[in-house]
Amino acid sequence: MGEWWTSVPTETSMGNYEISSISHVTMSPSRQNNLVSMCSSLPLSKSSYNVISAFCTEDNIPQCILYINQELASLGLSCACIEASSPGGAGLSTVPAMNAMYELLQIHRRNMCTLEELEREQLKKSSTLEHMQMNNSRLKDQLEFSMREKSGLHETERQLQLKIKTLQSCLKTEKDEVQKLQSIIASRASQYSHDAKRKEREAAKLKERLSQLLVDRKDKKLAIDVLNCLGRSDGKRSHWKTAKATASHEGEMYKSLLNDYEASQRSLMLENAELKKVLQQMKREMIHILSPRQSSTKGATADDSQEQVDSDGEEKMGDSSRETLDQSCEHAREQLTNSIRQQWRKLRNHMEKLDSQASQAQNQLESNKEAIPRETHEDEMERMRCEVQQCKEFIHAQQQLLQQQLNTSFDDETAALLNDCYTLEEKERLKEEWRLFEEQKKNFERERKNFTEAAIRLGREKKAFEEDRASWLKNQFLNMTPFTDRRRCSSSDGQSALSIRSEPEMRMSSTKAELAKSSTYATFSTPKPTQSAAVPSTTELYRTLRLIPDSSSSRHSNRGRWQESSTIDDGDNRAKSKSRVRCGDLSIFSLGEDENSLT
Amino acid sequence: MNFSEVFKQTNQLCKVSPDGKYLATCVQYRLVVRDVSTLQILQLYTCLDQISHMEWSSDSLFILCAMYKRGLVQVWSLEQPDWHCKIDEGSIGLVSSRWSPDGRHILNTTEFHLRVTVWSLCTKAVSYIKYPKACQKGIDFSRDGCYMALAERRDCKDYVSVFVCDDWHLLRHFETETQDLAGLEWSPNGCVLAVWDSCLEYKVLLYSLDGRLLSTYSAYEWSLGVKSVTWSPSSQFLAIGSYDEKVRILNHITWKKITQFDHPAAINNTKAVVYKEVEKRPAVGSDDLSLHNITIGTTLFNTQSKYEICPLPVQIPVVKPDPDRANPKIGVSTLAFSSDSRYLATRNDNMTTVVWVWDMQKMNLEAVLEQTSAIRCFQWDPRRPRLALCTATTKLYLWSPAGCVSVQVPTEGGFQVQSLSWHCSGDSLILLGKEQLCLCYMDTDQDEK
Repeated sequence: MGEWWTSVPTETSMGNYEISSISHVTMSPSRQNNLVSMCSSLPLSKSSYNVISAFCTEDNIPQCILYINQELASLGLSCACIEASSPGGAGLSTVPAMNAMYELLQIHRRNMCTLEELEREQLKKSSTLEHMQMNNSRLKDQLEFSMREKSGLHETERQLQLKIKTLQSCLKTEKDEVQKLQSIIASRASQYSHDAKRKEREAAKLKERLSQLLVDRKDKKLAIDVLNCLGRSDGKRSHWKTAKATASHEGEMYKSLLNDYEASQRSLMLENAELKKVLQQMKREMIHILSPRQSSTKGATADDSQEQVDSDGEEKMGDSSRETLDQSCEHAREQLTNSIRQQWRKLRNHMEKLDSQASQAQNQLESNKEAIPRETHEDEMERMRCEVQQCKEFIHAQQQLLQQQLNTSFDDETAALLNDCYTLEEKERLKEEWRLFEEQKKNFERERKNFTEAAIRLGREKKAFEEDRASWLKNQFLNMTPFTDRRRCSSSDGQSALSIRSEPEMRMSSTKAELAKSSTYATFSTPKPTQSAAVPSTTELYRTLRLIPDSSSSRHSNRGRWQESSTIDDGDNRAKSKSRVRCGDLSIFSLGEDENSLT
Repeated sequence: MNFSEVFKQTNQLCKVSPDGKYLATCVQYRLVVRDVSTLQILQLYTCLDQISHMEWSSDSLFILCAMYKRGLVQVWSLEQPDWHCKIDEGSIGLVSSRWSPDGRHILNTTEFHLRVTVWSLCTKAVSYIKYPKACQKGIDFSRDGCYMALAERRDCKDYVSVFVCDDWHLLRHFETETQDLAGLEWSPNGCVLAVWDSCLEYKVLLYSLDGRLLSTYSAYEWSLGVKSVTWSPSSQFLAIGSYDEKVRILNHITWKKITQFDHPAAINNTKAVVYKEVEKRPAVGSDDLSLHNITIGTTLFNTQSKYEICPLPVQIPVVKPDPDRANPKIGVSTLAFSSDSRYLATRNDNMTTVVWVWDMQKMNLEAVLEQTSAIRCFQWDPRRPRLALCTATTKLYLWSPAGCVSVQVPTEGGFQVQSLSWHCSGDSLILLGKEQLCLCYMDTDQDEK
């Protein structure tokens, strides 16, 4: 709806614009006579023409004059009033009438201008309105979409909630199931164990019965048949089973047990002794580490001094414990462990303090001196660079020495080698020069390209100018009326002069500027679009490079070009001379290339 | 490495005497005793029936041959070939027979585990021990041969009896806190007895020689528990393999767990070396038609194999056990410490092709040996940290900290190594096939290098 609405006023405004432009054209002051007839052909201005024709007749000229005068006065144009050239006559005194006409025209033009502006404004407004409406509708769509999304999410959430509920119920049933199964398992287990016991009892009973039966049957087959009895493996005779024997067995058993325990105790003792040794060493080292620090910071804080006293006492105790360690009595062990524990506590405190100090120091560093590390970094870098340099020098010296040694040891070969070296060096130098030359060549190429571009542009402009001139001449030739001629001539002259002046100075910008300017003048704008795309032919280039001796403007531009070319020639010569000095083969090649580019 | 010629044997009954001088093998109902060094037959004994069990006495003077079907035990003397001894258990039957540590008594377990009969060869005396328990390992002698621990079951309760082997005097008799005792084992120093419950409950109990309970260990509940228990030779560690595919190591001071070894299917991020056996079929090219190859044409179908070191991570093939069947094939069933207690070799039953070797000093995985077929048997060298294993193929595999090697047994007729055992000197290895046996001599010079 909105779009449709907005489209209507734009159309009308477009119509207005067209009309205004047309009227603007018609208001040119040079052809007033033709104008009326032209206006009459337009359907819109017909009515006004009719009014005019009805307004003034041969009879009511004075009334008309009076009326017009009144009107003019009401419009505020009090400067002059139109008078009849001769009282009662049909003619008008020309000057005031013309003045009035002119002022009216001015007013009209102003009005038209404001109208145009207003229309433009309106157009802008309407477009912004359209934009706003578009925006609005888009936002509405968005809103709708997000609403839909929201509802969708709500739906999914609801579904998930439902799912959770079902899953929870499922879990519950599963848990119940598990419990049930567990109880079943437990009952089965008890049942099984009961059954197993029963079966086992039965089996045991059966076994008992079987063995009883076997004993009762006096199984003859159960026998041992040995040729002659063997002696015991240890050679002793067998003993009677007596209380003494059992006692001795017990004794043996305990003896072996005791042996085992003693062995294990011995190993444990050894291990213990080792550990104790380690503990002692640790303690000694701890004391060693702790004592100098505490002496240095003694008296700094009461806490520290207290600790110091403690440690002194501790040391004495440690010494005593060390002495008594060998007896490995319980008291000494306690002392040792206690002292170790205390030392350890101290060490821990110390470490914590150090840690906190370190962190504080780091904080301080971070807070106030951030630039320093970078400086040190740079220093370090510098130092390293120096070192690298030194190393390089060293390597160089070594190489030289090596070469010298080679020189002394071998004569012919080394001479050849040296020669090789020299040629190599020369080659290197040549290569370097070649590189330089290449660079210069590249520069030159670039310059040349610039120059050709400029020449092309110049040719284009010149052509445009020629065309301009031709059209202008034609116009001049056709419109020989002095009034119009003068105006047209002056305007076109100013324009052309401006364009010419701008040409050598700002080649790039002038074309664009001209494009903008020439939109008002149809004659100037015509050659532009065709030439911007087309590449100039060689003939054009020739024409631009050769001097064309008729117009002053062309000469002006030509001089500039000549100057440019001369400078390029200079550069070229320089390049050539350089190349000749460095590399003969290439200078020829480059010369050929230069010639190509010049012709 | 050299290999002897192949000899016949039955029931894989082939044992070297404890002194390492003789090799006894059973062929049907004959017992053949050879000299280990020359492999010449020294004695030949003929039993009454096919031999189902054979055992050397501790002094290497007598050999016990049991014929369980007939309920008979025959004993032969090496020094006096015409000396003989025959024990008949009669109609009560026989399921197990063994020497006592002194080599003068024979312990026979009757059918249904009614009793254990102790026969003395010195006095012909017979004594009975009632109520022995039928379980995984119900009898164990201490290493020094002084004591025997016997698991008993009376009134639905487990008991342990400790006997003095010297005169079978009952030293201690105590009830154990087990639901269903599955086994017992003396520590090598003979002072601690480890007792473990059946797989339904993870429980390991440690008793002192005088019957005091030293400690109880249980890793978890409500799941299948202990599968195997082994002492380290130094008595320092007790390794417990369980159905959760882990080995737990207890220490000998506090009897608490030191560490546990997992057997993951994916090995990554360890320092262990993973050796993988790679089989190569010999390519039959033009140069294979030489005389040399034709002579060993019998082994043409045998594939060559070698070990490759796999870059980590490694995925180990796992067989998923059937959960509905009893005694599922999962968990650590075999544990073996090396003679210096430095290494522990384990096998996890659902990774049948893999042997794991653990370092007991660093307490981490040292090596993983992945074979192409399931492992049948592995045993440590009694002298050196060297592990021999076989996979019922024609190859013998050896691992040592220096590396791993696979050796083709160069015998004709597809000798498949089903089982193996080291000679007590560690210089040779007895390889047992289905019906044959073969000795493998280690190159001692090379080893010392």
